[in-house]
Amino acid sequence: MKKTRSMSRHKKRMNVYSYIVLIVLSIIWLLPVFWVVLTSLRKESGAYTAYFMPKGYTFDNYIRLFTETDQFHFARWFGNTLFVAVISCIISTFFVLSVSYVMSRMRFKARKPMMNVAMILGMFPSFMSMIAVYYILKGIGITQSLIALILVYSGGSGLGFFIAKGFFDTLPKGLDEAAYLDGATKFQIFRKITLPLSKPIVVYTVLTSFMGPWMDFIFASVIMGDNYDNYTVALGLFKMLEREFINDYYTRFAAGCVLVSIPIAAVFISMQKYYVEGIAGGAVKG
Amino acid sequence: MVKETIKQHFSIYKDIIKEGDLFTKLSVLIMGASNLRRGQIVKGLLFLLSELAFLFYAVTTGFQALKDMRTLGTQTQGWVFDETLGIDVLTQGDNSMLILLWGVLAIFVFGFFLILWKSNLKSALEVQKLSENGKKIPSFKDDVMAHFDSKLNRTMLALPMVGIIAFTVLPLVYMILVAFTNYDHAHQPPGNLFTWVGLANFKTILASGSAISKTFWPVLGWTIVWAVFATGLNYIGGILLALLINRKGVKFKGFWRTIFVLSIAIPSFVSLLIMKTMLQPDGAINVLLKEWGLISKSIPFLTNALAAKITIIVVNLWIGIPYTMLITSGILMNIPADLYEAAKVDGANAKVIFRKITFPYVLFVTTPYLITQFIGNINNFNVIYLLSGGGPSSLDYYQAGKTDLLVTWLYKLTASSKDYSYASTIGILVFILSATFSLLTFRKTSAYNNEEGFQ
Repeated sequence: MKKTRSMSRHKKRMNVYSYIVLIVLSIIWLLPVFWVVLTSLRKESGAYTAYFMPKGYTFDNYIRLFTETDQFHFARWFGNTLFVAVISCIISTFFVLSVSYVMSRMRFKARKPMMNVAMILGMFPSFMSMIAVYYILKGIGITQSLIALILVYSGGSGLGFFIAKGFFDTLPKGLDEAAYLDGATKFQIFRKITLPLSKPIVVYTVLTSFMGPWMDFIFASVIMGDNYDNYTVALGLFKMLEREFINDYYTRFAAGCVLVSIPIAAVFISMQKYYVEGIAGGAVKG
Repeated sequence: MVKETIKQHFSIYKDIIKEGDLFTKLSVLIMGASNLRRGQIVKGLLFLLSELAFLFYAVTTGFQALKDMRTLGTQTQGWVFDETLGIDVLTQGDNSMLILLWGVLAIFVFGFFLILWKSNLKSALEVQKLSENGKKIPSFKDDVMAHFDSKLNRTMLALPMVGIIAFTVLPLVYMILVAFTNYDHAHQPPGNLFTWVGLANFKTILASGSAISKTFWPVLGWTIVWAVFATGLNYIGGILLALLINRKGVKFKGFWRTIFVLSIAIPSFVSLLIMKTMLQPDGAINVLLKEWGLISKSIPFLTNALAAKITIIVVNLWIGIPYTMLITSGILMNIPADLYEAAKVDGANAKVIFRKITFPYVLFVTTPYLITQFIGNINNFNVIYLLSGGGPSSLDYYQAGKTDLLVTWLYKLTASSKDYSYASTIGILVFILSATFSLLTFRKTSAYNNEEGFQ
């Protein structure tokens, strides 16, 4: 009797410790988020202040982000990014799912060599080829345009098929064979059997390829140069932190960060379940 | 094995010589001849047209492009005395960069044509045999239909392959070739030519007393240290956090998980840029610590070499731990409960259970993930570039700072100093680094060896 009571007290104490650790960690994890929201509402301008909590609060930073557009046109950047993200997400999803289905379900001579080449290509640093890509785009005459960005984000996306292929591999093959015996073509099998069963990996693919353009600023900066009008939000916000702008724009930069993060974070958190299922099904297996 | 594949490759030529009739043999020169003879008009014409188009390309530009590749241009742009005008005129000169680009393109076109030509031979023999055996010759419509069934792989791969070749393979081949030239800041076309130098760049970077070589080795060292710490700490931290949240006594699991997932959900460039400003000498963290009276002088988070390295690894934990937590949560719940019960009956305590059951199990399931993470960290551009920008800068290094990884150094060599040849060489070295590592580890995992086992 005595022993069980001490056990349960021990358990209770462990639970209290767990909560304390979780709360401390949560504070650490939320601090930057909390701080950027504070800064976006800060009344005093300037990059650095000698105190943590702002002296006054205002929504001006958000309003000025949209109204003072002579130097930086935030609303436009947002539209650009959304446009590029949607189009390249559609193309990438189509590419990735096609390639991964073929690699998982079809058997042909070039399959293994192709997968090995893909793995080899993936091991080169991605922007090693940046300059060559830039000159190719220049050759076609579409640098500084949104189309160039879309091509860069989605063009080679077919290479990232490994996770989706891993997921398709886990779907039972028996279904395919049954449908095949019933006279379905391979393409019908893909559309009517494989795809409906693959919601997690479809969502995962859509999600990652949609988020890509919101995060990248390297390719965007190489391609766009000084064409501020065609900037994406990532590139624009990065620009605001440059030495000549940071003092005027810091609080507005924070406001921009909040505005970009809200939709992305909302989409991600609501789709979290599929994201994990997609990765767990495709990338993690013994 | 290799011998067999080569044999297979050449068997088609033997068959054509032995079994092919006049039209099949004619297909060697005039593509599609055999198809046209047996009534596959559209297919035959397509073969023929592509041959004509290729010949036109080869004669007008293709061969010249390949020939120019040998020297990468001989005529420097400059002022040449024009006798008829009696003054100096600016001549255009060769552009090594464009010559190399067109040359690479020509290699691809020739290669693609070779594949097409071979498939023409196969098709020629195939259709000849069909007609000899009195079987039905597939019409163009049948061929198209087959591309949605037994040959679906070709249809579905066509567009993605075009994209991959144009935006990944071609540029990569170009840059790999650049590593064997002297395309650096002193040899920028169109003003100057660059040319082939063989392995000189590798020698300069790996084994010369120059500043570049003195930069390469320390940067390589830090890259490996960074990759080991970033991967290992994130991994262990993530598993521990997942265990903590999954503990029986902890309530509101979804709530806790969401708090940590927030750091993945926020675009990483946003959080990293914010962290960067927070960690400045006058930034929020130093201000907060001063307000609490913990320090009186600012901590040089990103301005001191050693401190910057530690800071970067710690900040990376902020992003990486939740990621591992998210992925391992599901795996932890799948660990068979009887394993734990058996261990408890045997009197194992929490620590032993973690060391002997939980950790080995998770490690076994997530090895491929761990390898990808390690390689991802070798190439982790964003964290370094956005947080410290490679700084603090160092006078001993060539175009690099104390926290630069090989990839961020590569970026700086491309973007600011235009030393493309060195950048490409470093890219190849990074590739060799990741390839060796994955060959050593990945081939041992069952995900690679037992591919069919999961289907």
